[in-house]
Amino acid sequence: MRRRVVITGVGAVTPLGVGADALIDRWIDGRCGIEDGEGQADEFDPSEFMTRKEARRSDRFAQFAIGASDEALAQAGWSDDLPYEPTRVGCVIGTGIGGLGSLEEQEGVLRERGAKAVSPLSVPLMMGNAGAAALAMRHGIHGHTYGVVSACAAGAHAVGTGTRMIEGGDADAVVVGGAEAALTGLAAAAFMAMGATSPSGVSRPFDRRRDGFVMGEGAGVLVLEDAEAAERRGAEPLGEVLGYAATSDAHHLTAPEPSGTDAARAIELALEDAGVGPGEIDYVNAHGTSTPLNDRSETESLKTALGDDARRVPISSTKSAIGHLLGAAGAVEAIATIQALRRRTVPPTLGWEQRDEGLDLDYVPDEARTLDANGNGSGERPLVAISNSFGFGGHNAVLCLRA
Amino acid sequence: MEAGVTTDRVEQVIFDGLAEVGAERDEISRDATFDALDVDSLDLVEVSQIIEDEFGVELEGDDVKDLKTVGEVIDLVVARSS
Repeated sequence: MRRRVVITGVGAVTPLGVGADALIDRWIDGRCGIEDGEGQADEFDPSEFMTRKEARRSDRFAQFAIGASDEALAQAGWSDDLPYEPTRVGCVIGTGIGGLGSLEEQEGVLRERGAKAVSPLSVPLMMGNAGAAALAMRHGIHGHTYGVVSACAAGAHAVGTGTRMIEGGDADAVVVGGAEAALTGLAAAAFMAMGATSPSGVSRPFDRRRDGFVMGEGAGVLVLEDAEAAERRGAEPLGEVLGYAATSDAHHLTAPEPSGTDAARAIELALEDAGVGPGEIDYVNAHGTSTPLNDRSETESLKTALGDDARRVPISSTKSAIGHLLGAAGAVEAIATIQALRRRTVPPTLGWEQRDEGLDLDYVPDEARTLDANGNGSGERPLVAISNSFGFGGHNAVLCLRA
Repeated sequence: MEAGVTTDRVEQVIFDGLAEVGAERDEISRDATFDALDVDSLDLVEVSQIIEDEFGVELEGDDVKDLKTVGEVIDLVVARSS
């Protein structure tokens, strides 16, 4: 029988604050971390987590990962020592872009002062695996360690990859997550040039007036463990990764395939992997970017994959509260999903007011809703949710979570 | 070579450079080893860039790879700039 994978710690740095509790509590309260058209993680202070030397050797995206990992490992009870043989612990951290701020800064140095002035730290700061490398060094992790890069699906791919590592026996525990710090001039201009970001600066997923995503920054880190090993050491699981699947649209550089066929297939495969049917899904944490194309094709994919249950299940988007954290989004949203299930509460899709033709599912407007009151959960029964992540390039990754 | 390069001036620039790359300022001295200061080869490249900017003395990796203490680098820079 396949090894079960439990989540024993979570940590987040987001535009709603530092901490996984700040993320869920403030979102449930209806607070939005977006200001002036972007979601800055402005409560994060690297000096609270690392020395000045560590900070200057880490791009902002890796700093976010370090902050989130400290919280997650502390919650898992890993603060002093790894509870497993270090080569049996892995680390997979996704990112969409990596150390873009460092790259831009050193490009400026190259142009203004020449090649000999370029910092020797440039490559380790900008490389996409810097988050995974930083966490391995910080926490003494000696197993499979690398970054995954799949644009806005990277965080979910990281969670899925870590899950497979444990299921396949390559590791007993894996620190997984995603991190992004791309609130830079180049990224803002580039996303705007391709028409992806919102000219109005408002994130309102699934609303008729949605006009693009709002960029955010931050990181989410989860500690995954083999369920039996976690039980043996007396750990208290927060939840479980029941299933995971990934597919590819093979359709267009950036646009999702309009019918959502391959995204639907990812949802179906994740449910199959989890061994649950659409009728058992209590909540959908949507990718819900607030772009005209995604929110329509995602709605189609949910109708295809969940059938009649698509109209019953409450669906909300974390991006309505924090914007789009790109390669961190999937991990941060997996954490928000687990936290929502644990609180028996569906957080709302903030800003949703006007129904768009064909986007006719329950997007949980206005305010949070208790799962029990909605009739979807009952008493102490563990609740089940899916978290969707779709990336430029047509990458679809879906997690099925239980808590 | 620049006029007016004194040992004191070289020492000050190198001490400041080491602090800039993250060494604890109160642990920096001529006798301190780079191991003790947790200064690695990447840090030494940064300090070498500062030295070149200040004194026009170019230090390659081979020049500093066998040097163990801060004082040895100071002496090398002073020797090269006179």
